[in-house]
Amino acid sequence: MGSLKPADGHASDTGFFVTQVDWVVNWGRKNSLWPMPLGLSCCGIELMAMIGPKFDIARFGAEAARFSPRQCDLMVVAGTLTWKMAEAARTIYDQMPDPKWVIAMGVCSSSGGMYDSYSVVQGVDMILPVDLYVPGCPPRPDAVIDAILKLQKKIERERPFQLLLEGDAFDEYDSGTKRFLRAPNHAVPTTRSHEVLPPAGPRERA
Amino acid sequence: MSTLERVAAALGGVAHQSLEMRDGCPSIRVSPEDVLAVMTALRERAGFDTNVFVTAIDRYPEEPRFTVVWAFLSTTHNDRVRVYTRVAGATPRVASVTGLWPGTAYSERECFDMFGIEFEGHQGLKRLLMPKDYDHFPLRKDFPHQGIEPDRLYRQWDTRRRERSPLRSESEA
Repeated sequence: MGSLKPADGHASDTGFFVTQVDWVVNWGRKNSLWPMPLGLSCCGIELMAMIGPKFDIARFGAEAARFSPRQCDLMVVAGTLTWKMAEAARTIYDQMPDPKWVIAMGVCSSSGGMYDSYSVVQGVDMILPVDLYVPGCPPRPDAVIDAILKLQKKIERERPFQLLLEGDAFDEYDSGTKRFLRAPNHAVPTTRSHEVLPPAGPRERA
Repeated sequence: MSTLERVAAALGGVAHQSLEMRDGCPSIRVSPEDVLAVMTALRERAGFDTNVFVTAIDRYPEEPRFTVVWAFLSTTHNDRVRVYTRVAGATPRVASVTGLWPGTAYSERECFDMFGIEFEGHQGLKRLLMPKDYDHFPLRKDFPHQGIEPDRLYRQWDTRRRERSPLRSESEA
């Protein structure tokens, strides 16, 4: 699927129907986040505690941690990401179906943390667009639950149906700062939210 | 018979620069070309059957720049010995002892990975911890701790990934 943007103009007519569809879609998305636990170091332990019965992320509908990225829509990068692991992390991100969100959990994945080193990625936003950063070393499970609640609020504000008609504002990699400066808004259901299909070939046009 | 006496007896007739107690451990200083002969004597005659580590010290900008250090343990006598040699910085090269202690293969690979010291006679001396195409040796003193373009290999991989992909980014189209 590509963008459903019409050839002659833009369909920004946000009527009652569209906003209601947006609301229903967002309601479904935000209450059934399936996390992809990318536990890379000690943050992974806190992540497990968060999923477990004591902190019980199931109260917010995000308890179904799947270890296949193809079943997930929330990537939690929990821990120190090294440059050697970065290729694997990006591949996992690419394998997740849209719409997808990313939480950088802990200072290591947010900024490199105390590892100001040649081997550690100085923030996972150097390789992925990140929606939320959680400070802490490691952050308490409460903090990550708070991040999930904030992400739910963020999802509420998305306009999936409207943007499906208008085309996606994909995430942008800034080659000056070498970072993804903002997260995608998940409008167009392509395989990757920041990429669109090349123009249709002659067979598809006919 | 003390450890020092046993080591001295084993090294009789084998060329080495000095043998003395340092920090309670007999330390043998050898020149790079005599490494294999001294190691063979330690293994065959003094009973040092276990290698503890192989590592190096970078004394940049001094010359000869690297000190390669081996530590050995005798499990029958319960004592240790240390061997060290100085090698030049331009082409740091020393004989491999994997023929005597096969377990040193990993230690020597790590030493090569971190300091760039080539162990002659090592089968398969390649990167152990750092990526395969990495250009630098991180534990050398002239290596900045934040690295030299640490993301270069990832960006190369990322470019190949984008070229392989049937989907293209709008900004690249």
